[in-house]
Amino acid sequence: MPETAARAPDPSPVLDVTDLKKHFPIYKGVLRRQVGAVYAVDGVSFSIRAGETLGLVGESGCGKSTVGRTVLRLTDPTGGAIKVDGEDITHRSRKDLRPYRRQLQIIFQDPFSSLDPRMSAGDIVGEPLKVHGLADATERRQRVAALFDRVGLRKAQMNDYPHQFSGGQRQRIGIARALALRPKLIVGDEPVSALDVSIQAQVLNLMMDLQKEMGLAYLFISHNLAVVEHISHRIAVMYLGRIVEYTDKRTLFTSPQHPYTESLLSAVPVPDPTIKRQKRVLQGDVPSPVNPPKGCHFHTRCPYAVDRCRVEAPALREVKPGQLAACHLR
Amino acid sequence: MSASATPTPLESAATAPERKRWAALRDSDTLYSFLHSKVTIAAAIVTLLIICGALFAPWIAPHNPFDLREVNLINSNLPPAWMAEGNKDFLLGTDDQGRDILSTILYGSRISLSVGILSVAFAAIVGIVLGLVAGYRGGAVDTVIMRIADVQLTFPAILIALLIDGSVRAMVGGQRNEEMVFWVLIFSIGLSFWVQYARTVRGSTMVEKSKDYVLAARLIGIHPIKILFRHVLPNVIGPVLVIATINLALAVILEATLSFLGVGLPPTQPSLGTLISIGNNYLFSGEWWIAIFPGITLAALVLAVNLVGDWLRDALNPKLR
Repeated sequence: MPETAARAPDPSPVLDVTDLKKHFPIYKGVLRRQVGAVYAVDGVSFSIRAGETLGLVGESGCGKSTVGRTVLRLTDPTGGAIKVDGEDITHRSRKDLRPYRRQLQIIFQDPFSSLDPRMSAGDIVGEPLKVHGLADATERRQRVAALFDRVGLRKAQMNDYPHQFSGGQRQRIGIARALALRPKLIVGDEPVSALDVSIQAQVLNLMMDLQKEMGLAYLFISHNLAVVEHISHRIAVMYLGRIVEYTDKRTLFTSPQHPYTESLLSAVPVPDPTIKRQKRVLQGDVPSPVNPPKGCHFHTRCPYAVDRCRVEAPALREVKPGQLAACHLR
Repeated sequence: MSASATPTPLESAATAPERKRWAALRDSDTLYSFLHSKVTIAAAIVTLLIICGALFAPWIAPHNPFDLREVNLINSNLPPAWMAEGNKDFLLGTDDQGRDILSTILYGSRISLSVGILSVAFAAIVGIVLGLVAGYRGGAVDTVIMRIADVQLTFPAILIALLIDGSVRAMVGGQRNEEMVFWVLIFSIGLSFWVQYARTVRGSTMVEKSKDYVLAARLIGIHPIKILFRHVLPNVIGPVLVIATINLALAVILEATLSFLGVGLPPTQPSLGTLISIGNNYLFSGEWWIAIFPGITLAALVLAVNLVGDWLRDALNPKLR
């Protein structure tokens, strides 16, 4: 697996995102005039190669899920470019997007709302094949059976309905559905955060096995640093719609460069009560993405903030070889 | 996780769904609650009896009230068979034209029920489609559809039905035929009921469309219209069935009211409402049976259907289980 550092642009990324922006307009009044916008994603760039996992971390509301959904074109981007295998899909219509649907799939967070309760598990997994006309009924059944087998479900369960499965099993159905079209990239939108810790490990290991087998690329969105550390090769840390640090896993956990990453890492619980650590608890709340702070988004809570931070937004630049951070002080 | 259990061969799974469906029905809470509610069972039996009576009227009715060779004015205004002047040929007596009341009731409920069922179907289709579109698209489409619904809700159903009926009559003039009256009635009753369906379906659609399985369907590349009918509709149809059952009773009453007021079906094609309307003229001259028996039938039908609808609402509502 490539443990090399972040170096954009990559030679042949499966997914290449440049300066992605997603602003949700806010309307008010009888005339529905636009009075502002939620700057959910405000200039995010990254790329993912085949067989690689990019972890996207940040606290809730920082825009990481919106990145996932915009990349999949479930919501339309306000600006920037999304390239899949070198093809620009940023502005493709629903019809022209169809061939790319096969290459990009998603695993959802909530295993209860992500499966249609009125469809049997087998039909749910087989539906992508049906819609894309990839297999007739008999072949489809065989392929669905193979997928069930692969994700660790019994073939006899194909006729059962979602409510007859446990949360972990439902997540396996969701993975099987995502795999049905043999995609190149799967977006995991907090795929394990709704599961028990023991089940989390099973699902994570399944995802990693599948990656080795099929050369899948993952965009793994999570707020759980331990989970991200387990599965990712590279990690991007988001704060209020922007990436503040972007590097490979080991570098991030051993020598974080951005003050936000530092405090994020110090908040990870360590399963050993004898270890005494210096905790750096941030003051205040995350500012509203409707009205983000001027300059560096983090300056309102940053212990090192200087005057420059309040005026000028820092660019994401290489502060050490292979390590990108958006901070004036590094 | 049961994933570690021994895998079953594919063949045995293939025969399972049908057996499973029966087992699911047998074990379902719905059937249990049905069998444990005596009122519901009675209501269901009454409903079934009236529906069967209407369905098989040509075979079980003792007379054909529309066959002029069988109708004899000598037999007019006969009381029920058990009364002094009664004739055993006419169990529930006869009307002013000598038609057997029991037979006219059987034929009449046939017309009442078909108007009721067809207008409910019409209302449900219009309401479901508009509700799905309004809920899924949102924005201006939603606003326009729901404002129209709000405005219509300020008028009583009977007024809307009268308005539509009246304007069609005015447009067509004197040359209207019975066939058309039937369809105009269905159209006007149906159009006065669609709002309820649209509102219910819109609300549930808005909940369902934000769920991840709809996003997953979009991501697969399914056409939005297919998503609506294949994924969203099956998940919002439950409450619609309940409304439809209760509306069926309302539609039958509305038809009876319109017929009673004289804007419904003509006396040559009498529905239960028309029969009551005819009988009303004789109520004070002592021939009570002409109005009372169709009235009892109508009341029994409406009550029974309503009770079944009420039970269905409770049985399908997970919060009341």
